[in-house]
Amino acid sequence: MMTILLLFFPLIAALAVLLGGSKLAAQLALGLAVVELAITGYAVSVFQASGPEAFYIFHSWIESPKVSFHLGLDGLSLVMVLLTNFLTPIIILSAFNRNTPHAAGYFSLILLMQFALVGVFMAMDGLLYYIFWELALIPIYFIALRWGGTNRVAITLKFFIYTLAGSLLMLFGFIMLYWYNPDQSFDIRELYRIYISDGNQSWLFWMFFLAFAIKIPIVPFHTWQADTYRESPTQGTMLLSGIMLKMGTYSLIRWLLPILPMGVAKWGPLAITLCVVGIVYASIIAIKQRNLKNLLAYSSLAHVGLIAAGIFALNIQGLQGSVVQMVAHGVNVVGLFFCADIIFNRTNTNETNELGGIRNLAPQFTTMFMVIVLGSVALPLTNGFIGEFLLLYGVYEYNTWLSVFAGLTIILGAVYMLRMFKKVMLGETGVRVPVFPDLYWNEKLALGILVVVIVAMGVYPKPILDMAEPVLQTILNKTVI
Amino acid sequence: MMQGFKILNPYIIQIITIKEKTVYTLIYTCCLGLLCLVAEILNLRKLLIPVILAGLAAIFCVNYMDWQHVGPIMIGGMDMAHMMQVDQFTVAFNGLLIGAAALLFTLSADFYKDEQHHLSDYLAILIFILTGAMVLTSFANLIMLFLGIEIVSISLYIMAGSRKFDIRSNEAGFKYFLMGSFASAILLFGITLIYGSSGSFELSKISEFAASSGMNSPMFLVGALLMVAAFLFKVAAVPFHFWSPDVYEGSPSLVTTMMATLVKVSFFAAFYRLMSGGLLGIHDYTNDILVIVAAATMIVGNLIALSQENFKRLLAYSGISHAGYMLLAILSLKSDSSSALFFYGAAYVLATIGAFAVAIPVFKATGKETIDAFDGLGRKKPFLAAMLTMSMLSLAGIPPLAGFLGKYYIFSEAIKNGYAILTVLAVLASIVGVYYYFKVILAMYTKQGDDTEIKPTLLYTIVMLVCVGLSLLLGVWPGGLMGIL
Repeated sequence: MMTILLLFFPLIAALAVLLGGSKLAAQLALGLAVVELAITGYAVSVFQASGPEAFYIFHSWIESPKVSFHLGLDGLSLVMVLLTNFLTPIIILSAFNRNTPHAAGYFSLILLMQFALVGVFMAMDGLLYYIFWELALIPIYFIALRWGGTNRVAITLKFFIYTLAGSLLMLFGFIMLYWYNPDQSFDIRELYRIYISDGNQSWLFWMFFLAFAIKIPIVPFHTWQADTYRESPTQGTMLLSGIMLKMGTYSLIRWLLPILPMGVAKWGPLAITLCVVGIVYASIIAIKQRNLKNLLAYSSLAHVGLIAAGIFALNIQGLQGSVVQMVAHGVNVVGLFFCADIIFNRTNTNETNELGGIRNLAPQFTTMFMVIVLGSVALPLTNGFIGEFLLLYGVYEYNTWLSVFAGLTIILGAVYMLRMFKKVMLGETGVRVPVFPDLYWNEKLALGILVVVIVAMGVYPKPILDMAEPVLQTILNKTVI
Repeated sequence: MMQGFKILNPYIIQIITIKEKTVYTLIYTCCLGLLCLVAEILNLRKLLIPVILAGLAAIFCVNYMDWQHVGPIMIGGMDMAHMMQVDQFTVAFNGLLIGAAALLFTLSADFYKDEQHHLSDYLAILIFILTGAMVLTSFANLIMLFLGIEIVSISLYIMAGSRKFDIRSNEAGFKYFLMGSFASAILLFGITLIYGSSGSFELSKISEFAASSGMNSPMFLVGALLMVAAFLFKVAAVPFHFWSPDVYEGSPSLVTTMMATLVKVSFFAAFYRLMSGGLLGIHDYTNDILVIVAAATMIVGNLIALSQENFKRLLAYSGISHAGYMLLAILSLKSDSSSALFFYGAAYVLATIGAFAVAIPVFKATGKETIDAFDGLGRKKPFLAAMLTMSMLSLAGIPPLAGFLGKYYIFSEAIKNGYAILTVLAVLASIVGVYYYFKVILAMYTKQGDDTEIKPTLLYTIVMLVCVGLSLLLGVWPGGLMGIL
């Protein structure tokens, strides 16, 4: 029952906001998202008390190709759902006082997105999962299309078709799995058990990997990313970078590793190399960026590259690091894009050359921004440190040389993030910064929460590690034979 | 009056308590068409559409009653010389066709508002198309197949050219007639050769012959090939597709809708029936051809659609590509893919009628039939834009709409039958498809339109809501239609 509520409440909320009219849409959406967060909090407490069994739901849905309405909430899913439902109210809060046109539609789509994301993380049936996966694409597409920047039409269409192409290959892969399964169903428990020959795993790996690699994105499938991040409205960028790309990394762990272990064994080295190449490549490009949003997009590319590399390292440190870093990156990147939005809101520019000296005008904002930047460059006692440390440790266990290159992310990350901070916030007051009002209440609240979480996770990450650990161990046992 | 009832009474009781499969569905539909013509004489035009809708509802029920009964087809004790065969396939497809027809007649009420003096003629012909389509779903004899195809086609030639003073409508009717009659001749030639080699028009006997010695009889193979070619023409598969964009564009929009939905599905039902019921024995031989045709149809249909500016032409090419996907079901005869074909047909019909229900009032208001007629619709009429968006998404095959499950179902059958590479091609083709469906969506949401007032009437709105609602329902809860065959 609680699983159903957890899944469908955002959908109901989306309808309510759509019908409620534009005047109070933001407030209503925020209220409902907080309720969903409260439900999630309750779910966490139930989970701590009685484990994942309380959350399984199984109904047969379609008879003839056997598809079941199978939801579950184990530790891994719970962490992701928690991340989604924690970030959604923050994302909504960040849109306060921005006078979004057609607000009802906007917030309704954000909540619809939340519904699809929660569905992706809870679905335990292949086709059900696929439907949510595709469903998530529609709201974000329309958010970017209707509320995005000037070049949005071509860029969002590229984004849509690019990701859909990957998804359809995955659908093909799922249908193949269905016919390989002697019992012919999409149920995850059966998919984990079926035997698929070496050769078939080898090409099925690419069907799934391409879908996830496009979504994450892993170099060289990243070309949609920076443009889309720049052209989307801030909330769209936050949804994309904070939560949606975690769909890809989550799916690597949940679907790819345990179902196609031999495919992973064969192609994993290539995949992890791509990831590490991507880390270095994205970091170097980030250093050259003059536009704040572009810089953040490439930094995000570098960070998720490391997450994916940790997953393909196929050891428990790497997997645990990836889960922690998914959460940490989600929190940090939402904070960073929010800071970029605050700057753009005051100065109408995101070009780092035109900014500077904001510190003198807005001390509160500067402090919060600083903490988030430090979290993002993985300073000890912030959330980024725990994740990156575990990830690099995992990659090191896998291969020393790869970890050397992957480790560059910390150095290069510090270079571009701190340089950006210096240019934007410190120094002489920039040409476009004559007046810079300090944080409004909603901004203060949202950033404040994020800052608290960044530090808290950095000091005490154990709950997240504990939650996901058993699941990761089981999955690892299935993958490494 | 009472006297009349008393005479009819035994027949009425017999109708109510049918214990065997019948073709009453067909007979009643014919009667409904005749009633339309009589209404012209009695000057009852105003009542016509409600009466037709009520009649269709009744026919739907009669059709449904056949679902439960098994056995040979009988009418009043006669077995019709085995001309027709009503089975669950027939009943399911008839139900779909009747439903589609009901939606189309609902649209026609406002579509023909300015042409009241021809109303009953048009409606009667549309009903006769439905009659022909029903023959196509239930034939057991090649003569009936030919009759059904001719009933549908000749009615369509008339309807395509029914805008007498519009040069494009004339062109459409004439072109369709020339090309279509050519295809009919080929079909007839194929039937003759098959008769010559197998000695029968009956589907069951042909099936026996095909299984035993079909592959050794060149005459039979050529006959089968000609029949397949004629069908490929009728369903507008590449390379026999050239008529379809011109005819779709020139015909009145409602007729285009009918061609794209009801008629296309009925031809596919007949094609499936022919291939699975009669020519199954030479399956390996025909499939070699159909694989190439299906691949070409998906590629060409989707690629040419990319450059279309006219909405009706766009949907014509989209219809061609959908024919390519549906050919996958015709290929997958080793397992029973009729359910997949049926579900796909239903999803496709709903999405296309839904799209036209939005497009027709927009065309009427703007006077254009190009994609830029939809410019700015998202701001002017968010509801209409949302309805068209859902229809387009369903055609593109994006969950949670019915089009997605339809595609999934067909792909799954094709993979099961060993056409994995062709399915990958279909997947890639449908990615291309997304681009042009989104062209319409982009026009609505990103372009500035003029201030033309667009007012869809209540009936159009109802049709939109029904189509989109059912698309969503089937996408979320497909159990109602999936796997019923």
